[in-house]
Amino acid sequence: MKEPNQIRITGGRLIDPVNDIDEIGDLYIADGVIQGLGKIPDGFDAELTIDASSQIVCPGLIDLSARLREPGQEHKATLKSETKAAACGGITTLCCPPDTHPVIDTPAMATLVRKRAQRIGTTRVLPVGALTQGLQGEQLSEMDTLHRAGCTVFSNAELPLANTLVERRVLEYAATFGITVLLRPEDRHLRDQGCAHEGPVASRLGLPGIPEAAETVAVARDLALAEQTGCRIHFRGLSSGTAVRMLGQAQQNRLPVSADVTAHHLHLTETDLEGFDSNCHVNPPLRSLADRNALREGIAMGVISAICSDHQPHEADAKQAPFPSSAPGISALETLLPLTLRLVDEGVLSLSAAIALITCGPADILGLPLGRLSVGTSADICIFDPAQHWQLLAEKMVSAGRNSPFVGWEFAGRVTHTLLEGRVVYNAPSGGMIDNEIGNGTDAWLQPAIRRPETIQCE
Amino acid sequence: MHKPNVQLSEKGKLKHFLTIDGFNRTLLTEILDTAESFTGVFERTVKKIPLLRGKVICNLFFENSTRTQTTFEVAAKRLSADVLNLNISTSATAKGETLLDTLRNLEAMHVDMFVVRHADSGAAHFIARHAAPHVSVINAGDGRHAHPTQAMLDMFTIRRHKGEFTGLRVAIVGDILHSRVARSQILALNTLGTSEVRVIAPRTLLPAACRTLGVHVYHDLERGIREVDVVIMLRLQKERMQGALLPSEHEYFQLYGLTEDRLQAAKKDAIVMHPGPIKRGVEMDSLTADGPRSVILQQVSFGIAVRMAVMSMALGSQGVAR
Repeated sequence: MKEPNQIRITGGRLIDPVNDIDEIGDLYIADGVIQGLGKIPDGFDAELTIDASSQIVCPGLIDLSARLREPGQEHKATLKSETKAAACGGITTLCCPPDTHPVIDTPAMATLVRKRAQRIGTTRVLPVGALTQGLQGEQLSEMDTLHRAGCTVFSNAELPLANTLVERRVLEYAATFGITVLLRPEDRHLRDQGCAHEGPVASRLGLPGIPEAAETVAVARDLALAEQTGCRIHFRGLSSGTAVRMLGQAQQNRLPVSADVTAHHLHLTETDLEGFDSNCHVNPPLRSLADRNALREGIAMGVISAICSDHQPHEADAKQAPFPSSAPGISALETLLPLTLRLVDEGVLSLSAAIALITCGPADILGLPLGRLSVGTSADICIFDPAQHWQLLAEKMVSAGRNSPFVGWEFAGRVTHTLLEGRVVYNAPSGGMIDNEIGNGTDAWLQPAIRRPETIQCE
Repeated sequence: MHKPNVQLSEKGKLKHFLTIDGFNRTLLTEILDTAESFTGVFERTVKKIPLLRGKVICNLFFENSTRTQTTFEVAAKRLSADVLNLNISTSATAKGETLLDTLRNLEAMHVDMFVVRHADSGAAHFIARHAAPHVSVINAGDGRHAHPTQAMLDMFTIRRHKGEFTGLRVAIVGDILHSRVARSQILALNTLGTSEVRVIAPRTLLPAACRTLGVHVYHDLERGIREVDVVIMLRLQKERMQGALLPSEHEYFQLYGLTEDRLQAAKKDAIVMHPGPIKRGVEMDSLTADGPRSVILQQVSFGIAVRMAVMSMALGSQGVAR
């Protein structure tokens, strides 16, 4: 069956925070690109019309961190299963951290992940390059080569650089090429064997604690090195109020730093650990109510510019253990949008601001022209019904990992259609996934990311 | 969100004994009273009662502890239960078997009760949640979390000597941070209405937000035990010197070691307790350990009665004639 090339989405409420659009109107797509909003472009002849009346049409979601488990841990999940879950959740672009097996520290690995995802064709997968070889924190990775192979940003995954000299060199080298570095702010020594926020709940439950200082010490160190090196850094996953305040101050001092927060840190706190619920075992840990509120304030004030899923699907056995021995992480692709929309219901954000945090916010961090409904950009679209109420059920989850503390929660707002580069990849009314496997994903939207600083030709 | 107390059966009777947390004064008193009724059994010539005849109790110890395991075994045998002892040290987990697999294997042997010790906080909860519905679980120590039978035998000892908890001042001295015993004692003492619970330790051995546990915090031993009725000393493990928590055993004894001299600050009739094993010259000197105010050996024999009480109540709640 030939895919429709010209698509018209009618009657939806178009929301695009970048262009400050919030109006009911039609959206026109052709050749995988947005052709127009509101009025019909010349010569447009819709081959497919999607009725989006009483629904919201927004840019496809962008997730800064999602473990896909392939290659290396296919017993937990696969690229196919997780990109499918992403499409069901309205996500069109996601970043795959470099801690796959083998590590994404060679162009071959970066290409492998990208191409495999393109062959599946459901979600755009951006491999995040390793900052150091094998994530060992000792030798620099071939950042420029990896960048050319499609690594838009770089990180050392969950293994923060312990050696400050190596960190300095990493940031200097990355700054040479205008590369953005994602850092997980964590001091390994202070974290030690901890598995829960060091506070009243962990004290009572006897769970080894992770102090707030494990994060703030790292944030302070990273900020100092960012200032020293001029590298653009992004904090991947803040968990404490103090870190948010430190970040806000650094931004006021015009340091090029940004941060994201996971959707679960905006809803859960240490008290959810009662009864040793291993689905609440995450890193960084769920902290106090005051921290959760400070994180909410951080997104409301714009200090934190993205919400991410930090999706970590696990097989059932990984969570079937006493709390400290269970594997950390939440299967979170399918709850990214509903948990973000919940913040609107709870009065934390306006709808437009909420959508910005999962579309143009992360796109700007990645330096990609995605996450917007501008004419001429990739037609990555998420259509959702804000009034549809539904309950998250483990057996209905699309991800191979069913490890979610939100199972049983009721949400408002459900994705009905997801389009990637002008192709419908998810269509709830007609039964869900469109299995195309036609391998027509492209690199087209990665190219603008390769930004060379002007000074590179000097001397 | 309200989570129901997993330790109680649908009828509100004791089913699992995992932590003191969530139990009220009535239930704790019932355990103490039941234990009291069992103390007579030791003096008989035939030291057995047939309450749990035909029941199979499995001591499932993932951490070695001869002492605790023995008292549970003796308690089970006095109640005429059959006892299986399984010491699954770390080597078995290294073989790759998961905790759940171990549990399923033992359940297949028709075990009625697991007595569990494990290095992970929350392990007993985990086992209780996954055990077959007819199986009871007793926590014999999980990580830093809880050791409720030890706390109850301490409560029993205190009640024997002091009668009521109201009006009492109790000080717990030593490594609170890593101590499951201390956590359970604090909960039990507060639930039973103790007037003041104090903890005495350097900052490195205290958990974060310590006061939220319901205690008064002291860093000075002599000030902390002033006018107290009960002094509970805790074990100090050698590993604590390596994790940069303490400089030396020598300095620890100088600051927190209990001596007859220091004990002068406490009330005249104060009792001294220790869950054992004692390290003489580190936690307390021999004079104090063997002194007139020490009730350490009584704790051990009361331990059997308390464990009999908990076992019979937990298995009795399943409809077995008492």
